[in-house]
Amino acid sequence: MLIRRKPDIPSSEITDEKVYWNRRAFIRAAAGAGALALGAPVVNRLVAAAAGGRRDGGGQQGALEDKLNTYEEITTYNNFYEFGTGKGDPAKYAHTLRPRPWTVEVTGEVHRPRVYDIDELLKLFPLEERVYRLRCVEAWSMVIPWEGFPLASLLERVEPTSHARFVEFTTLYDPEQMPGQRRAVLPWPYVEGLRLDEAMHPLTILAAGLYGKVLPNQNGAPLRLVVPWKYGFKSIKSIVRIRLVREQPRTTWNLVAPHEYGFYANVNPDVDHPRWSQKRERRIGELFKRPTLFLNGYADQVAHLYAGMDLRKYF
Amino acid sequence: MVVRTQGWWVRRVVKPAVFVLALWPLAWLVRGALAGDLGANPIEKITHWTGFTALTFVLLALCVTPLKVFLGLPALVHLRRMLGLYGFFYALLHFGVYWVDQTVFAGVGFSPRLVAEDVLERPYITVGFTAFLMLVPLAATSADRMVKRLGARRWRALHRLVYFAAAGGVLHYLWKGKMEEDWAVAYGLLLVGLLSWRLVAGRLRERARAVPARGVMGVVPAHPSPLEVGD
Ligand code: HEM
Repeated sequence: MLIRRKPDIPSSEITDEKVYWNRRAFIRAAAGAGALALGAPVVNRLVAAAAGGRRDGGGQQGALEDKLNTYEEITTYNNFYEFGTGKGDPAKYAHTLRPRPWTVEVTGEVHRPRVYDIDELLKLFPLEERVYRLRCVEAWSMVIPWEGFPLASLLERVEPTSHARFVEFTTLYDPEQMPGQRRAVLPWPYVEGLRLDEAMHPLTILAAGLYGKVLPNQNGAPLRLVVPWKYGFKSIKSIVRIRLVREQPRTTWNLVAPHEYGFYANVNPDVDHPRWSQKRERRIGELFKRPTLFLNGYADQVAHLYAGMDLRKYF
Repeated sequence: MVVRTQGWWVRRVVKPAVFVLALWPLAWLVRGALAGDLGANPIEKITHWTGFTALTFVLLALCVTPLKVFLGLPALVHLRRMLGLYGFFYALLHFGVYWVDQTVFAGVGFSPRLVAEDVLERPYITVGFTAFLMLVPLAATSADRMVKRLGARRWRALHRLVYFAAAGGVLHYLWKGKMEEDWAVAYGLLLVGLLSWRLVAGRLRERARAVPARGVMGVVPAHPSPLEVGD
C-alpha cells in the first residue's frame, strides 16, 4: 500500500488533477526552464495561450506545445526494473516498497557527511514545483510536474571538499521490498552518477512529489533524482546514498552495455542508440512523433557544460 | 449410426474453432483501441502484441507435427497450414503497424526509404524483417495448387524455411528485449526443442525405414517427413 502522508508542500499546491488541469492546462516547459535558470520558479507556471495544437509546424525548438501528461500516464507507465521489466509492472508491484522510515546518507568528499531522515530533509528544503520534459532512451517522453528541491541546496549544505568532482547515487537494495532484485536482470543496486557541475546545476532536482502529491512508489519514492536534459535512466529512483567522489563513478546501464549507454546520456537527436533512433520521440498520449530536441530542449541552460566536448564520443 | 473419423472431427469441429479463436488476439486489440484501453503507449502495445502473436502462431504451427505423433492424432496436420498463415497474418499486421509508426506518425508520408534505412540500420529490425521475408514465400505457396505445381519434394524443401523464420523471430524478440524477457527465453527453448525433435525424428525415420515392420517412436515410414504436405 502506498503510505500516504501529508507532504511538506504548501496546501495550495495539493490539488487534484482536474483542478490542476483547469488552472494551468497548457504549459510551455521550454519557457519555464528558461525562467528556472533565472531562479524564478514561479514563472514556470506560465500558461500558454494557444490550445493544444498537436503540430504547429516548423519542428523548431519549443515550437510544439508541451502539455502536461496525466497523473494516470505518469504513474502507470514506468521503467523501474526493481519491480519488473514491463512498463506496467512498477504500478502493479511497487506497493511492497516502504518509503518510510527512510534515510539518505550523504557522504564521501564532503566536510559535513550526514545521514538524513527523509522527513528532516524535506523540512530543510522546501519543495517547489518544476514542470519538466522527461525523455526516455526508448524514444518516448512525458511532461511531468515534479515537486522537488535543487540538488545543489543539499550539496552545498554538506560542503563538498576540493577533491569532489563527481556525485554517485545509489538506489535501495532490498529484495524483500524490491522483488525485481531477486533476478540478475541488472547488477544491483542501481547506481548512477553526475559530474559535480551537472549535479550543481539549478535544473537538477531531487523530487519527492508529483502533481502536488507524495511521489508514488513506482515513480521512485520517497526521493529521486530528476535531470531533465538527460535520458530518463539517469534520474535514479528511491535513493539511499549520495556520495561525492573524485573519479567518475560507475553507472548501471553503462556497466551492462557500455556501447549503448554512456556516462553522460545527454538527450541528443544526432547520436542514435543501436536499438532506437533518437531523432524523434513519441510524447505519451500523442500519435504523431515529435522531433527530439538537443539536450531535451534545455540547451540554453546547460549546453555550456559540454562546451568543447565531442558528444558523439561522450554520449 | 454415422461413424465420424478423427479427420472429420478435426476438419469440421476443431479447425473452425481454432480459426475463430485465432482471431481473438486481433479482436482484443480492436476492442482495446476503440475503448482507449491499451495503456499509456498504445502503438507500442499494438506492436508488441502483434509481434508476439505472430511468433506464437509460427511456433504453434511447428508444434503440430510432434503433437500429432505424441498424441497419436495424425489428423492434427489439418491445422498446420492455418496456424502458419495466422502467423504470417499477424506478422503482416506487425510490420504494417511498424511501417505506419516509422513514417506516417513521424510526419513523413508513407516513405519506403525511411523504412529501408531503419531496417538496415538497426540489427534487431534487420533480423525481424528477414524473418518476415522468409514467411512470404511460405504463405504464397500454401495453397494445395502450389504444392502440386512445385512438387512435394521441392515444396517441402522450401517450407523448411519456417524453422529459419521462427529462429529469426526468436532472435529478434531476444535482441529487442531488455536482457531477460521470460517469454523470449521460453520461446527460444521451445524452438530448440522442436528443432532437436525434428533432427532426432529424422534419424529415427531412417532407421525405421531399415526396419519397416515396427517403426520407432511412433514414427513409421508411412509418414515420409514430419513436414509432409498438410491439409
Ligand atoms: C517485418 C519486419 C519486422 C519489423 C520491422 C519488426 C519490428 C518490431 C518492433 C519495432 C518491435 C518492438 C520492439 C521494442 O519494443 O523495442 C518488435 C517486437 C517484436 N516482434 Fe517484430 N518486427 C518484424 C518482424 C517480426 C516477425 C516476422 C516476428 C515473428 C515471427 C516478430 C516478432 C516480434 C516479437 C515476438 C516482438 C516482441 C513482442 C513483445 O515485446 O511482446 N517480428 N518487432
